[in-house]
Amino acid sequence: MEEVKVIGFWASPYVYRVTWALNLKGVEYEYQEEDVFNKSDLLLQYNPVHKKVPVFVHGGKRIAESTVILEYIEETWPQNPLLPTDPHARAMARFWTKFGDDKKPDFFGFFKSAGEEQIKAAKEAQECLKILEEHGLEDKKFFDGDKIGMTDLSLGWLAFWLEAMEGAAGVQVLDVNSFPRLHAWIRNLKEVPVIKENHPDQTRLLAYFKWLREMYTKPATT
Amino acid sequence: MEEVKLLGFWPSSFVYRVIWALKLKGVKFDYIEEDLSNKSELLLQYNPVRKNVPVLVHGGKSIAESLVILEYIEETWPQNPLLPKDPHEKALARFWMQFGVDKIRPAIFAYFRAIGEEGEKAKEFQEVLKIVEKQGLGDQKFFGGDNTIGLVDIAFGMLAYWLECIEEVVGVKVLEASSLPRLHAWAQNFKQVPVVKDNLPDRGKLLAHYKHSREKLILAASSSQ
Repeated sequence: MEEVKVIGFWASPYVYRVTWALNLKGVEYEYQEEDVFNKSDLLLQYNPVHKKVPVFVHGGKRIAESTVILEYIEETWPQNPLLPTDPHARAMARFWTKFGDDKKPDFFGFFKSAGEEQIKAAKEAQECLKILEEHGLEDKKFFDGDKIGMTDLSLGWLAFWLEAMEGAAGVQVLDVNSFPRLHAWIRNLKEVPVIKENHPDQTRLLAYFKWLREMYTKPATT
Repeated sequence: MEEVKLLGFWPSSFVYRVIWALKLKGVKFDYIEEDLSNKSELLLQYNPVRKNVPVLVHGGKSIAESLVILEYIEETWPQNPLLPKDPHEKALARFWMQFGVDKIRPAIFAYFRAIGEEGEKAKEFQEVLKIVEKQGLGDQKFFGGDNTIGLVDIAFGMLAYWLECIEEVVGVKVLEASSLPRLHAWAQNFKQVPVVKDNLPDRGKLLAHYKHSREKLILAASSSQ
């Protein structure tokens, strides 16, 4: 069997997309931690275009970009499929993954700002969450149906990372009263054994985001 | 056979991605022109989330986002494949399409909207294209190979035709044969592919469209000073 390796960073939700997918399919892999604030020669060699994690290596061949890696994993190890079989449903799964990624600045703006700007950014984040809840999730248990799929993994950052960001920024965007369905989805996601046993430590994540926020909101020195 | 409809807007390169893919696979479709300044009930019904084009409707079900539509077309009509069979090669193709979203699109945006720093933004855009030329295209004639175009060529199609009009309007060239010889050659070859050659918006109209957009930007910039 060919060697599988993931180069990642402990705090990255994009890396967890990949490791969750591999775990759900029962694929053994080697994990290598990378310090993204002090990038190794290996990372620069494996991902010269973006110099980012995750990088996926299979039989010596490398792939970068988490959504591209997920598609590769799905095709290479078809057991426990993460995409529906129906072509239109597959397209919807890809559409919502793309929505989450395209709207990233709108979702995270509240984390990088303060005061009036933060209030405005939090409202924008809630607009996006509303769309996800009403059009994406609707009344389903998971985004792709009855069981966990690619979209759930791609939006997994809502389940662990958003909470830590809200804590660090001192503002709640995903409140249970406005988003009951998303809250139920987060609870269901956290109960999936692979997810339950594989996620960043919340205390460590909160400290990390507190530190990151200080960097973003530090006043510019003259 | 189920009905295929495409909602589009004539200057949009994203819409043409879908037109080219459908025509390359010989899929018949009805084209519906949308006025984006006055969105129809049909568009809002078929794409309530993003409210934009292209939207593909197949057997009554709608799909939005051009790259998502391209994957759907590839899976639904497997004749004349536009993605490599080899899984790693396929991943590379998807990587470059994502690069287009993450790096090329913001670079074009910044370049088109630059008022007073056109030269600087053009250079930044060129740096992005240099990466595409060296790491993406390499020595091949097309991104899909030496003889055949694929989804990456289709996704990058705007660089081959729309960019020329944008360059004329902004007044600073980006895709020059001197600095980007292989990518420039790719653009000329891509425009000659019959399905592409026969399906492009009118150049005069496109130029006027971009001139108008840019004039609005310049006006907005000067009135905010």
